[in-house]
Amino acid sequence: MSDTPRFTLAELMIVAASEAWRDNGEVLASGLGIIPRLGAGLAKLSHSPELLMTDSEAFLVEEPIPVGPRGDYVPKYSGYMSFERVFECVWGGRRHAMVGPTQIDRWAQTNLSCVGDYRQPKAAMLGVRGLPGNSINHINSFFVPNHGPRVFVAGEVDMVSGVGFKPERWDDGVRRDLMDIRIAVTDLCVMDWQGPGNSARVRSLHPGVSFEEVQEKTGFPLLKAEGLGETPHPTEAQLEIIRRLDPHDLRAAQLKGNPPGIRPAA
Amino acid sequence: MNKQMTTADVVARLRDGMTLGFGGWGPRRKPMAIVREILRSPLKDLTVVAYGGPEVGMLCAAGKVKKLVFGFATLDAIPLEPWYRKIRESGSLELMELDEGMFQWGLRAAGMRLPFLPTRCGLATDVTRLNPEIRTIRSPYEDGETLLAMPALKLDAALLHVNVADRLGNTLVTGPDPYFDHLFARAAEACYVSTERVEERLQLDAAQARFNTFERYLVSGVVEAPCGAHPTSCPSDYGWDMSHFKRYVASAAEPGGWQAYMEEFVLPGEAAYQDRNGGIERMAGLPLPVF
Repeated sequence: MSDTPRFTLAELMIVAASEAWRDNGEVLASGLGIIPRLGAGLAKLSHSPELLMTDSEAFLVEEPIPVGPRGDYVPKYSGYMSFERVFECVWGGRRHAMVGPTQIDRWAQTNLSCVGDYRQPKAAMLGVRGLPGNSINHINSFFVPNHGPRVFVAGEVDMVSGVGFKPERWDDGVRRDLMDIRIAVTDLCVMDWQGPGNSARVRSLHPGVSFEEVQEKTGFPLLKAEGLGETPHPTEAQLEIIRRLDPHDLRAAQLKGNPPGIRPAA
Repeated sequence: MNKQMTTADVVARLRDGMTLGFGGWGPRRKPMAIVREILRSPLKDLTVVAYGGPEVGMLCAAGKVKKLVFGFATLDAIPLEPWYRKIRESGSLELMELDEGMFQWGLRAAGMRLPFLPTRCGLATDVTRLNPEIRTIRSPYEDGETLLAMPALKLDAALLHVNVADRLGNTLVTGPDPYFDHLFARAAEACYVSTERVEERLQLDAAQARFNTFERYLVSGVVEAPCGAHPTSCPSDYGWDMSHFKRYVASAAEPGGWQAYMEEFVLPGEAAYQDRNGGIERMAGLPLPVF
């Protein structure tokens, strides 16, 4: 074995993220941030060509646009998707977004608004943005580049921006069947909320990561999914697509220190 | 008919305590020349309704904002709006924090003269808990579903920036996305539009005319303001100014930073503003951002 890692953790996470969009059908795939966006592009260019994507501004494209400066690359538009149409898409349920919330809790509720007391917060973040509407209307997954108890909080998130599985939050008569939370891709593992009573589970561990470490860095109890194994390594074909979608290697700057995909033994 | 006026004329028509809607989205196509005129004025106690960018941060920094109706505040490439953050964290703002979709739904209700429009967005989150004035409603049909009744977001004035306008109030937004400016215009008692270029009267071909996104009867005033969206972008004319954003962001970390920013960029007026940003040629030539 060579000392040089064959793939980076970011590339492993891109491949794991791309799996979120498998078998979704013809939906708008929105990956927010470099790694989720590359995951969506990889999904479209490998297993799920039926996905819809945008140029991250206002137009639909059938060929995912490489991230970063485009050089001679000229996008080929196939349709239009202004913000106004995104809401029409969201409310009709034909979208799967992967976003990076500030906090996530055991009920898969998310927070993008602020940390601490709402009236006088310790840290004001972006604001709820589209999380309330996204989360109650269409498929959602999460991206967490820094798995730890500050993200996966022990109690409830400080400001519930995206809906989750906490029964007390749902009034009588509110439709819960349109929400669909799939996976969280973190720098340690892939999780879901498909345990008993929508409890959180670890589906796969990244190479060299133990379940105990994930549990220790998560503020709430985790279950092991049936068949818990290692997160699949990127194939050479997948890495080739990733390099094409990210010619400037922006993925290398997404995780602190750009760690290798296979964690070196301590 | 001639609706042309100056930024000072616009601000003279605004009053303390008004609810003002700002068009654009984050750091994109904000009516910044009008915002700077507001910053120079004694106007106060405003309710600001916006898909927030630097206009929110600047109005907060200047102590103009009593209440903020918003879904976010961001400079995009710099995710966290520095002055919004600082003032928000001081606990002095009244807030109505809304889902982005609820927000446009509220503008739409106001434009259609409805008290509310139903939606599922916001249910089962803290948006409803923190805004108890937002009620739910039961569907009167067989389904009996409980829905959120998004109240109309009525505006005293909407402030927008467009690429082209004529003196009658006809406007064109030539960038790829018109955002929700048309809904702001419809939700407001009065709508004032700053523009890169003013023409006597638009005479367009069919393809150009499709860039018109709302009717002139909604427009009360037209202000010629070249580079009037700076430092935000104005697609298809120019991109945002990262170097200015960095300067602005730094001001939030400096003692007396806001006063220094005001003295350097706002108080001396729009001509000095252009000089201090490298001149109008540089500003008009700022490259469009790549997403």
